[in-house]
This record gives sequence, structure tokens and C-alpha cells, in this order.
Amino acid sequence: MIPEIGHFALSLALLLTVVQVVLPLWGVARGNAAWMALSRPAALGQALFVLVAFACLMWSFYANDFSVRYVVQHSNTALPWAYRLAAVWGGHEGSILLWLLILSGWTLAVALYSRHLELSMLARILAIMGLVSIGFLLFILFTSNPFDRLFPAALNGDDLNPQLQDPGLILHPPLLYMGYVGMAVPFGFAMAALLAGKLDAAWARWTRPWATTSWCFLTLGIALGSAWAYYELGWGGWWFWDPVENASLMPWLVGAALLHSLAVTEKRGTFKMWTVLLAIVAFSLSLLGTFLVRSGVLTSVHAFATDPKRGIFILLFLGIVVGGSLVLFALKASQVGIGSRFAAVSRESMLLGNNVLLMVAAGSVMLGTLYPLLIDALGMGKLSVGPPYFNAVFVPLMAPALFLMGVGPIARWQRADAGDLARRLRWALVVSLAAALVTPWIAGRWSALTGFGYFLAFWIFTSAAVNLWGRLAKRPRREWWRILRVQPGSYYGMLVAHVGMGVLVVGVTTVSSYEVERDVVMRPSETAAAAGYAFRLDSISQRPGPNYIADRAVISVFRNDRRIAILTPERRIYTAARSANPMTEASIDTGVTRDLYVALGDALDGGAWIVRIYVKPFVSWIWGGGILMALGGGLAVLDRRYRRRVKQAPAHEAPPMAAPPPPAYQGARSGVSHRVET
Amino acid sequence: MRRAWLIGFGWLLALGIGLATAAGREARPLAADPALEARVMEIAQELRCLVCQNETIADSQAGLAVDLRGQIRERLAAGDDRAQIIDFLVARYGDFILYRPPFQPNTWVLWTGPFILLFLALAVMARVIRQRRMHGTADDEVLDEEAPS
Amino acid sequence: MKKQAWLPLLAFLVLIAFLGVGLRLDPRELPSPLIDRPAPSFALPSVEAMDRVRNSGDLRGQVWILNVWASWCVACRQEHGALMAFAAQQAVPLYGLNYKDRHGDAVRWLRERGDPYVDSFFDGDGRVGIDFGVYGVPETFLIDREGRIRYKHAGPLTPELLRDTILPLIGALGA
Repeated sequence: MIPEIGHFALSLALLLTVVQVVLPLWGVARGNAAWMALSRPAALGQALFVLVAFACLMWSFYANDFSVRYVVQHSNTALPWAYRLAAVWGGHEGSILLWLLILSGWTLAVALYSRHLELSMLARILAIMGLVSIGFLLFILFTSNPFDRLFPAALNGDDLNPQLQDPGLILHPPLLYMGYVGMAVPFGFAMAALLAGKLDAAWARWTRPWATTSWCFLTLGIALGSAWAYYELGWGGWWFWDPVENASLMPWLVGAALLHSLAVTEKRGTFKMWTVLLAIVAFSLSLLGTFLVRSGVLTSVHAFATDPKRGIFILLFLGIVVGGSLVLFALKASQVGIGSRFAAVSRESMLLGNNVLLMVAAGSVMLGTLYPLLIDALGMGKLSVGPPYFNAVFVPLMAPALFLMGVGPIARWQRADAGDLARRLRWALVVSLAAALVTPWIAGRWSALTGFGYFLAFWIFTSAAVNLWGRLAKRPRREWWRILRVQPGSYYGMLVAHVGMGVLVVGVTTVSSYEVERDVVMRPSETAAAAGYAFRLDSISQRPGPNYIADRAVISVFRNDRRIAILTPERRIYTAARSANPMTEASIDTGVTRDLYVALGDALDGGAWIVRIYVKPFVSWIWGGGILMALGGGLAVLDRRYRRRVKQAPAHEAPPMAAPPPPAYQGARSGVSHRVET
Repeated sequence: MRRAWLIGFGWLLALGIGLATAAGREARPLAADPALEARVMEIAQELRCLVCQNETIADSQAGLAVDLRGQIRERLAAGDDRAQIIDFLVARYGDFILYRPPFQPNTWVLWTGPFILLFLALAVMARVIRQRRMHGTADDEVLDEEAPS
Repeated sequence: MKKQAWLPLLAFLVLIAFLGVGLRLDPRELPSPLIDRPAPSFALPSVEAMDRVRNSGDLRGQVWILNVWASWCVACRQEHGALMAFAAQQAVPLYGLNYKDRHGDAVRWLRERGDPYVDSFFDGDGRVGIDFGVYGVPETFLIDREGRIRYKHAGPLTPELLRDTILPLIGALGA
């Protein structure tokens, strides 16, 4: 009964979404406010019924309803209940329903947090998002119904893939989808602006928090995915340039470009069409990612089971949504005039440069990911494109963007003085170069690439400090606290996010250059040394788990003859799994400056075991950096400006009174060099 | 007599420290020749495991991956260099086994693409800036330097 | 400037076209680089009598088929029936490459299910398999009179494949 209720709820959601799209758009065309006002309740209705459907599916998993085919494929009575619930999105049908649930959630959020928007604008935005929802609802109802019954019902399910039986499954897909799907909101805003023919700084200000929030979720989702792969797969890697990973990186890069472009449009009213295009591209990449993962065109460890019918549907959907939006873009582009003037050296040009680099980086990732498919389709052979290619191409493209990260925030709008910038940043440059030369030398081995990585990281840190110092420098010390308190959330957001990027670069550089790996054969009481640590195998025993049997090793780690950690790697055999391949569960001692990572391999004759030992310096800085970036985004979203309840906010607000009003400045050649830049 | 006590005490101390520390027999490395193994892994890191869903021959535990690592090890020990080993494998499995695509006619676009893209994008950017400088609307608005972006 | 606004759409349409074509392709299907090249030479013991060494050179001058199999291979059981029927037709000699197997298991497997092969070569450590570019079991190779590989199929054989592809090819090679 419950699955049928769920199925019916989806049909009702479809009906309500059609109402959400058609009537308000008709109302916009006719100027009928009553019909436009239908968007909000329709969006609420859609969200409600999708939630009901999702709850029904969750219930089917919780209650072990093995008459539902999808539950049989992904669950088992022995599965702990937390994983039974998370298994809802462990396969294709359920994860698409999760997509839809999150989309209806974002739609509802837009409907609720839109008092400041004109009703016609809101109607358009919700209609566009509704169109996307309709596509997914049709997709689910016609090709990917999670509520299909299985007659006769199975006695027990096939069990969830053991590698997915992990807290990571509970958090990673929802967080990631919040980011992916959230890009539909700026997309909706962009389409609405094109349809209305109204593209201005106010529009950018409304769109910004939505774009930033999605990007934050995407950052967290990707960071979590990387951390999960790190501890789950047993060899300590954290990024594989796998097609599905790339499918999440591309919208992240374009989303970052979108954030920065929105800043320019809000502040200076320029770059409008670029921003709209970025919003379209960001969401298109989300949809493309959905297609790549579920269509079978690419091979990946993450890919869902495939069905050509689904692939065709998603491709058609992709064609209509993205193709349609690009047609609208092309038609309206001619109506937008050339934006405001700016010099070759200015904050605008640097942000434009930043966007160019991020877009080219995203384009290169796409080229590498799709190239095997391209070549195969042209009959020109069968190729693989893997990490060696991506690392060779991505790093040189991102390096200049990281460098600009230091200069852009200090440059003036409209026209900046290159000499002044150089002067303000010269100490940052010196410190960064010194760090680049000295740090690798201290760490033990110097290489140009390592030095370059440290240079960029320290450059980001020191230039952020220069920026902050610039706000405080010429003011008396007693005013500093007030000045700091009065800075807007977007300023601190920018600083924290940029510093987070620097932290990430430190992590990546250090662990890539200095990690130590040892594969040894150990008997109880034997010791292996690595990077100044001694690992001693104390004992190995068997112990049962809820749905597995594990061989568990206890390993003591010593440094300077003092025991500092006890690690317990396991080798598990899951009893219900179709293939009884053992799964390794690594044991990690996480530290700020290093991770100690041990994985258990096969047993050999004579009570000996293969043990893989890694010492990974600064690896947690990778995810720390990701979290900082998301935090920075969060700070920006919480900026006072968005929380102020203003009915009809002006396009440019009066800035917070941080200093006495400056004399009017025309054209910006400032003779007074102590002016602080934002 | 005192000396005997001291010596005995010294031994006891050493024994005690030995037990309290990590002292134990040294575990042997898995590979017979760790230096050779490092070179094997270096090559294997860039090769694709053909029976896996996107893993390297270095990381995979599949039978074919273990066999191919063995082949690489033998050939390195016999004196082959990296290029010869790559040729050996490509002759049997094709370019598909390489994660680093070779630079050849059907990969020219792949390897040069990003940089051509960058060049084009920078050219467009330069044109946009020039256009703005000449035709862009002037902005007479007073901008507070500390205004947020 | 305005014409260029159509570029993103154009790029997207090209992308969609490629993705559409991609839907019909199989990214895991691997064509062999050895087609039209000399088959690797080998000298392996015969499964029937392990002290007798069979040489690949002995097979020159005829068109023949090499089928890679193993007793632990589940998919090999799927194609066994088709192989037996094909062997009964006596179109060309069918030889087996017993890949990474144990001799006792291999003999037992043939005895229990039937032996479609003229003889099987015992490749215990899989080296000859690697020379042939074998990456999975079963695989089948068609080799011509001059010792060149003319066709390879990865995966179990089906009667349709034998009838529609392999037999015509054998005919074309003048067997």
C-alpha cells in the first residue's frame, strides 16, 4: 500500500508542478496577479507531495518491504537501520528521487524567501524551476520508478554494496545534490531575467546568496566525497579524476566563476550577459553530470547501473533545457548594451581574468573526460585519459588564478594603479618566495613543483594579510576593533574562502611531495618503521560485526619510543554480499600535521599478514581547506545586506560608514597613496 | 661486588626499556627488492587495469593487474627501460591501457586543446577590455574605496 | 558581438550530437591491436598429455580458432554448448588455451562437460594470454593460414555470432 501511495504522490506532484508552470506564466503574460500568485502554493504543494513519496520509499526500506524491487536490489535485513535509510539513494531510482526532493526543496525555499521580489519575477523563476521538476517527474514516472513491485516478493534483499555501508553514504550524496540541484536557482533567476528583459544590479544582488549557498554545498559535498574515498578505498588516494568526480568539479569551477561574476554585476552593473551565461553553464553542467553518471557512456567506479532508455531521456531533457536556455540567451544578447568602462588593470579585469581561467580549467576537465568518447564516436580508436593528463593540464591553468587571488581583492574598481599594487604587495611576494625556497628544504627534499605550490599558498596568505592590514593601517589602534566589527560578511567571507584555498594548496603540495608508503609482511610483535614512526603489530583476531566477519589487527604506533596511537585495521567479509570479496577497512590516526594510515592486506602462510603503512603529512589540510572555503561562502551569505528587511532596496546601497566620507574621486588616479582598497 | 650490581642493574634497565619501547623483530618488506618495486609502481600508476571500473594497475588487486605488475617487474629486472615496457603493453592491449595518452595525431586536440582554449579566451578578454575602454559607459558615481564587492 | 552569442548554443549542439552517438557505444569494449598481425608464437604443454609440448608453428598452413577458457570461468559454461555444436561441424580445427588453471581441474571440466577442442594448450601462469592481449575469459581468436590473427571476440560466443560473423569469415579466408 505504501509504495502505491508514494507512486500516486508523485503523480499529484506532477499535476501541481504543471500548475506551477503554466498558470503563473499565463498570468505574467496577461498581467493577472491572482494567477501569478498561484506559484507559491503550487510550489508548496509540489514539495509536500514529493516529500510524501520520498517518505514512502524510506518507509519501504526501513520496514524491509521486499516486494519493492528497488528495496530488494539495495537492502537486506541484516543491514543496520541507518544504512537501510541511506540505501534509499544508494541506487539510480532512489537517487533521482532524492534529486527531485532537493529540487522541490530549493523551489520551496525560493518561494518562501522572496518577499522582496516582484511577483512577476517570482512567477517566472518558479515556472522555470518547475519545468525542470516536470522533466524529472516524467523521468521517474516513465523510466525509473522506485516503487515498482516484485512478484513474488523476495525473502531477503541483495544487500547494499559493502563499500557504501559507511557514514559517508548518509552525508555525501545529499550534500552534493544540494549543491548540484541548487544551481537550478541561479539558472531560474537568469532565465527569468532574460524573459522579463530586466537584467540589472538588483537582479545580481538577489541571485548572489542562492548561487553562493549552492556553491558552499557543492564544496562540502566534494570535500566529503574525497575524504570518504580516502578512508574507504584503502590506499589513501583522495582524487582520481574519475569521470564522476570530474562531473562534480566542473560545476564547482563554473559556480566559483559565477560567484565572482555576480559580484561584479552587483557592484558595477556590468558583465551581465557573462553572468547569465555562467548561470546557464553551471546548471547545464549539473544536468550533464547526471547524464554521464546514469547513461553508461563513460566507465567509472561511481556509475549507476545503466539502461539506454534512461540515457536517451536525459539527453533529450538536457537538449531541451540547455538548448532552450541558450537560444533565449542568444536572442536576448543583442538587447543588452555594452557595460561600463574599466581599465586593463582594475578589479573588473582581474575578476574577468579569474573567470576566464576557471572556465578554461572547467573546459579542459570536460575535454579530458569526454575525449575517449569523442574519439570512439569518430572511430579513431580507443583511448584512456587519466590523472597524468589532468594533473599536467589543470595545475598550470589554476596557478595563475591562484596568483590573481592575491591581487584582485586589493585592486580598485574601474581603474587600478599597477605600480601601487606592486608596492603594496612586494613584501608578500618576498615572503612567499622565501617560503617557496625554505619550506621544502626544511621538509627534506626540494623540487621546483613543491616550491611553486608553497609559493602560491603563502602568496594567498600574505596577500590576504596585506588586504586586512590595508583596512587598519592608517587608522589609530583604538579604532581597529570597530573597523573589524563593521566590515561586511562578504568581506570576511572572501578572506576566509581565499585563505581556505591556500590551506588546500598547502595540503595538496605537502602530501603529494612528502608522503611515505611501505608495504610490509608482519607477524605479531614485529615492527616496521616509516618516516620516524614505528608500527608494531600487537595482535590479530577475528570478530563478528552486524553483517560481516572481520579479521582485526591491533597496531601500536611509536614515536621517539613513546606510544602515540593504536590503530585497528580490519579485513571484512560481508555475509550477505553476492561476491564474497574481502573489503579492507583502513585505520587512520588523524592529526593536524599528519595522518597515520594503515590497511590490512591478505594473510600469508605462517600467521603473517601483508600490511600497508602510509604516513601522510598535512593531508587533513585538504579537507580543512574545503571546509574553510564553504565557511567563507556561508559568511558571505549571512551578510547583513540580505538579512535586512527592505521592501524595495535601491540598486546601490550606502556602504557602511567605516570612515569619514572620502572626497569625490573622479577617474581614480589617486595621489594619496594610503587610500585603502577593497 | 658493587660493580656486579651495577652491571646487573644496567642489564635490567636495558631489558626494561627494550620491552617498553617498540623493540621487536623488524618486519620484512613485502617486495623482495623495494627499490625495484618502487619503479614498478611508478610505471603501474599510469596504466589502466582493464578488468576494473577505472583503477590503475598499481592499485588494483585483480588477477590481470597482479600478472601485469609481475611482467613489469621481470622486464625491469632484465634491463628494459620504461619506454620498452610501455611499448610491450601497448602492442598487446592498445593505447587504452595508458592513462597518459601518447602525443599522436588522434590526441593532438586533447593535449593542445586546453592551451589553445586559454589563448582564445585571453584574446577575447583583451578585445572585451579594449571595447570597454573605447565604448563603455562612463561611471561618474562616487565609489567608496571600502565599499564591499 | 551579437552573432557570437550563438556560439554557446552551437558548441552545445555539437556536444549533444557526440553524446547521442556515445549512447550506442560500449566504453568497455576493447578492440585488439593484434588484428591482421602475426599471432604470438608459443610452446606450451598439451592438456591431454602434459609431457608433450605443442608448438604454435605446427599450426601454420591452416585456418584455425583459439578459444581461451578455464574451469573457474562461469561465462565459459554459457558458450560451451555453442562450441560443441561448432566443433561438430568440423569447419576448422578448434584449439583451446587453458588460461591460469589447474591441470586437474581442467581435465575434470572437459571430461564432465565434453571436449570441443582438438587439443588445449596449458597456459598456467597466463603469459601466453598476455601475449595475445587477453584481459578476460572467455575470448576467441580466428587465425589464418599465414599465422595472422584476423578476428577476436571477447566474451562468450553465441550461435548467432558463429553463424553470422565467424563462419563467413572462415569462408572468406578459403578454409
